[in-house]
Amino acid sequence: MLLRTKLFGHTYEFADLKELLAKANEEKSGDQQAGIAARSAAERVAARYVLAEVPLSALRENPVVPYDQDEVTRAIDDAINETIYEEIKGWTVGEFREWLLSNKTTGADIARISRSLTGEMIAAVAKLMGNLDLVYAARKIRVVTHCQNTMGLKGTIGSRLQPNHPTDSVEGIRAATYEGLSYGSGDSVIGINPSDDTVGSVSRLLEMTHDVIKTWEVPTQNCVLAHVTTQMECLRRGAPAGLIFQSIAGSQKAMESFGVSVGLLDEAYELAKKYCWTAGPNYMYFETGQGSALSADAHNGADQLVLEARNYAIARRWNPYQVNTVVGFIGPEYLYDSVQIIRAGLEDHFMGKLAGVSMGCDVCYTNHAKADQNSNDNLAVLLAAAGINFIMGIPMGDDAMLSYQTTSFHDAPALRQALELRPLPEFEKWMEDVGLWKDGHLTDIAGDASLFLRR
Amino acid sequence: MSQSIEDIVSRVLAELSREGLAPAATADPAPARAAEASGELVIDLPDPTDPEARHAILVDNPKDIEGLRQMVSSTSARLAVGRAGARPKTATALLFQADHGVTQDAIYGVVSEDLRDRSSLFTVTSQVADRAEYLLRPDLGRKLSDEARKTIEEKCVKHPDVQICVADGLSAAAIDNNLPNIYPVIEQGLKSAGLSIGTPFFIENGRVGIMNDVNSIIGAKVLILLIGERPGLGIADAMSAYMGYDPQPGKSDADRDLICMITTHGGTNPLEAGAYIVDFIKRMIQHSASGVQLREVAKD
Repeated sequence: MLLRTKLFGHTYEFADLKELLAKANEEKSGDQQAGIAARSAAERVAARYVLAEVPLSALRENPVVPYDQDEVTRAIDDAINETIYEEIKGWTVGEFREWLLSNKTTGADIARISRSLTGEMIAAVAKLMGNLDLVYAARKIRVVTHCQNTMGLKGTIGSRLQPNHPTDSVEGIRAATYEGLSYGSGDSVIGINPSDDTVGSVSRLLEMTHDVIKTWEVPTQNCVLAHVTTQMECLRRGAPAGLIFQSIAGSQKAMESFGVSVGLLDEAYELAKKYCWTAGPNYMYFETGQGSALSADAHNGADQLVLEARNYAIARRWNPYQVNTVVGFIGPEYLYDSVQIIRAGLEDHFMGKLAGVSMGCDVCYTNHAKADQNSNDNLAVLLAAAGINFIMGIPMGDDAMLSYQTTSFHDAPALRQALELRPLPEFEKWMEDVGLWKDGHLTDIAGDASLFLRR
Repeated sequence: MSQSIEDIVSRVLAELSREGLAPAATADPAPARAAEASGELVIDLPDPTDPEARHAILVDNPKDIEGLRQMVSSTSARLAVGRAGARPKTATALLFQADHGVTQDAIYGVVSEDLRDRSSLFTVTSQVADRAEYLLRPDLGRKLSDEARKTIEEKCVKHPDVQICVADGLSAAAIDNNLPNIYPVIEQGLKSAGLSIGTPFFIENGRVGIMNDVNSIIGAKVLILLIGERPGLGIADAMSAYMGYDPQPGKSDADRDLICMITTHGGTNPLEAGAYIVDFIKRMIQHSASGVQLREVAKD
């Protein structure tokens, strides 16, 4: 394989596709930490010139972790639709970009080829796209799913209600849940990150949130984001779970560092279909984020974008209700500042939609990253413009348990009002019935958690 | 219409004074009124980060204000903040900015040189060149620079019972605010226990893993590292104390013990933490172990 170009009179040569993909990536501190990033801005663009000429078949034939060594690679490749793959395998990455952007290509056209794409193809095309390309192309692709309500319809944006508490106090979490509901957060899920990953504690939180949902007839689903094995045990013992969650990563070794495998997630999906109290047919919730494989020393020399794309390609296997990238949580050694975090958020949303999964984003940052609430607002607006399925809702964007900043309960309604978007349809009707929302706006009584103290 | 900051502040102050908690400065509103009468603009605000102001109920016309108060007291999440349209109120937005602001000052701050002198700490650096590299390259923050190794070799007593090191970590404020309280307690406690203490020093741009590198030179029985934690919103000065029995290259968090959230702002008080550290160290030396191993041995 020869991968070479001249640029401004200099010759740039790349040893293999993995190196080429890494060097074509937008600047990321994680790739630099791994020692695989382009050494200059010119080399980065040279890599993109070469990448633009690579046929999609070469990317399938050269996965960043070999087929015989990695079950993530195998699970993705084995599920490819071979008939559609035959139609596209000769396209170059540059042609693929232009096909996605063409006014002749519809969302339905993109959805059709989606299941013939591997993570490597998805990441490759993202590397050739500017930020507005990522917004513009993602906006064409609607991925609609259903659990208790309908996610992903055009003109809607959902919000995960994240009522975390440092010690999992049932009363504290219930209070934050009421506050969130009063702003119209929670149509994606009422989803708690527990600090205590035991079956007893997780079941208690499932019972409480299920009780709130039933008492107020809220069209939504509940989830406690414990390790999947804990949730599976809760299901077996009869606890009311609406969605089953797990963090996933883009290589077998990284999956193992999370204590999961493809087989275990297959089993979790079967249990969810059998025991979740919700209507379905989508029952799974995954979280991802660039850099997770490197932080587990399981990146296999590949860049963080391509490993992230593999998350979305494998997530399809379990038909998730929703997937979200926790983009700025990982810290500055992977995404240094707001420029890198915003870029990564747009890439992940685009790549997830291109892979055919219902994509949301935890638009967030830690205090040691060069970012702030203004840059967070920027990414939220960009993603809303790109047609994202959901974002997070946290009291004032300040998570009381996980010590990071994300989007506030105020932000989904503000985006809905500013960009003429709406809550998920069943949930919007509920908000109107309870009197929180009218004519596309919060009503006077919205934002008062004490509304939910009595029924 | 939304409440102005002054309204909120005066209501909070009224609540405070009812409970006899009003700060002294607010007991003297007369000069401000006099100045207003003269037409001069006077803005003289109390601290919006005081706990009572922080937890004020800002929802307009709530259905059940007593119920809201109970909800607010059940969690540290920022509840009952109200809204201006679909955006936060001015006071809520500014409080958030203030809390984020102090985290940034803490991360990019430098530990007071005067404090280092007063505590007789000389300074060495990790292999990190500056703050940006510290954030980007955790691996370099875990290793001493060549010059640091030389300096430690020259200046430090070898093989003491206990070696104390201090590092800025991710919060200079954690060291500035807590070291003066915690350090004398640890020093006094160790002396009373008859343990010898090595030559203490400060490590600039250090991470926890640097303990292994340090003790490969010092050879102390136990090494304590007092280090600034990553600032959380509203608590920017929390310190951690990591302790290890004979830390050496290859040792990990599982081999260490940790007391975290040492701060006077809603964490473990530094004086108490100091006493707790001394107790821990005595047990480590008694059992010649730390971390997971200590927990196993101590069970028997």
